[in-house]
Amino acid sequence: MKSVTAEELVKTYDKGKVRALDNLSLDVEEGTVLGVLGPNGAGKTTTVRILSTLLRPDSGRATVAGIDVIKNPEKVREVIGLSGQYAAVDEILTGYDNLVMFGELYHLGKKNAVLRANELLERFSLTEAAKRPIKTYSGGMRRRLDLAASLIVKPKVLFLDEPTTGLDPRGRQEMWGVIQELVKGGVTLLLTTQYLEEADQLADEIAVIDTGKVIARGTSDALKKQVGGERLEVVVDAAHIAETMKIVGAVSGLTPSLDEGIRMISAPVSTGSKALFEVLKSLDDAGIHPLDVGLKRPSLDDVFLSLTGHAAEAKEATS
Amino acid sequence: MSAIRDTAIITQRQLRLLTRVPEVLIFSTIQPVMFVLLFRYVFGGSIDTGQSGGYVQLLMPGIFVQTVAFTLAGTASGLAEDMKKGLIDRFRSLPISQSALVVGRTLGDSLLNIVVLAVMGIAGYAVGWRPSGGLGNVALGFLFLLLFGYALSWVGALVGLSASDARVVQNVSFIVTFPLTFLSNAFAPTTGMPRALQYFAEWNPVSTMVAACRELFGLENQFGATKGSFPSENPLTTSFIYIILIMVIFVPLALRKYKKSSD
Repeated sequence: MKSVTAEELVKTYDKGKVRALDNLSLDVEEGTVLGVLGPNGAGKTTTVRILSTLLRPDSGRATVAGIDVIKNPEKVREVIGLSGQYAAVDEILTGYDNLVMFGELYHLGKKNAVLRANELLERFSLTEAAKRPIKTYSGGMRRRLDLAASLIVKPKVLFLDEPTTGLDPRGRQEMWGVIQELVKGGVTLLLTTQYLEEADQLADEIAVIDTGKVIARGTSDALKKQVGGERLEVVVDAAHIAETMKIVGAVSGLTPSLDEGIRMISAPVSTGSKALFEVLKSLDDAGIHPLDVGLKRPSLDDVFLSLTGHAAEAKEATS
Repeated sequence: MSAIRDTAIITQRQLRLLTRVPEVLIFSTIQPVMFVLLFRYVFGGSIDTGQSGGYVQLLMPGIFVQTVAFTLAGTASGLAEDMKKGLIDRFRSLPISQSALVVGRTLGDSLLNIVVLAVMGIAGYAVGWRPSGGLGNVALGFLFLLLFGYALSWVGALVGLSASDARVVQNVSFIVTFPLTFLSNAFAPTTGMPRALQYFAEWNPVSTMVAACRELFGLENQFGATKGSFPSENPLTTSFIYIILIMVIFVPLALRKYKKSSD
């Protein structure tokens, strides 16, 4: 069953001059995670805002948990959780105050709101910071609290709009861990991101969007195959180029290419770090010391380049 | 029913904010108290009011009205801040009454006014303010002040929700409220102003409110009431009409803006 459907959504700004969504369609199977991947201004946030009843599309249809988003927004609000790009919690209040307030707004009653707040603080490792104002929290802690606020009543569908944008690597790792836990619990999740790696880690399926349209869709593996997988790159002294070409070719199984100017030999590999070890070992056995060696994964730019013919340059966000 | 409960929760949040940041309460009261002292001692000596008890009797209603008029700025910047932080999006995605956030905010700001007016009343009493209208009338005067502040709070709500930038809000509210409070009978007689300004000052809701409070606090001198001017001779009725009018116009506008705040 589809938990989320969007059909031919159109949203324009500035009297039709800016087309934020241009007949965008997507759907999310119940209990799965869809990663919506795209650069700034592609229409990710607009899509989430329409599905979470914050914005009305100019045309098109959308349902969440079988409920029409445009006709019954108040019913949709009862079954969704939303966590946006900014941590939407009250800075001055404490984490505990925030969660209790939202619990009361969900009509849990004071007693249950307090229980639920403590439960969520515990689950997101925020118990120690519970009685501190949010403005003393780190970026990662704010996002976790924001996520907790969207989980007060177990939502049927959860929308996360760029949950890790602006976080440092550690905060991002923590957030991924938290989201992975949620996914194990069986929530249906629509997540937007600018990072292929993030979609890769968290999503069952990825929809790549650009200029308000879905331009590709599939599992992470399928998309990567479309772009080309990882490449192994080795830089050596000019004297060792021929020998290194042989070693890399043997590991890759394909003829490596050579960039003579920077003396870089590269070849596609499918076994990841294993290929890296094999090449390093062979080079060592042959007494060759590479100047640089690495595995390059396809980036969002690579995906975009291959799908659209243009790079995923940061365009100005439309909303 | 649930709309009332939702609103009550938001109002509670407003009040909790005051306990968390006591500076807000302190500065919202220090400023009007400072005005009381400055006007009382800087101008009070040189303005002859023909009123027993002196300038402070006329001054206090003026400062009360000016203070509640600044509720506009408080509500506006509070909502603009909530919008900037994305908090309004969160509230709008909750299964709650869609007017709760704005209604709760305006009510919370009015509750703050009760505290501020009480502190100012005490400061006024300390420097010689003695209302003589009788307890009932004085209470009615304060009720009027709260109502006026509440109505202006809705104007502030519209300003706050319409602003593209929270920093602009403070300026806009200042530009709206400052001339309104000074082009009035709040601090000086309107009779000394050029004819056009005098006309404006007489019809200015701030003037009618000030005159209404003076009447309720038992003063005779209306500080610039022209003979035959409807607002000057019927300040209570005019003020009441103004309050209703402001609410009828700005409540629906602000609520509409809130529901469409992301379009």
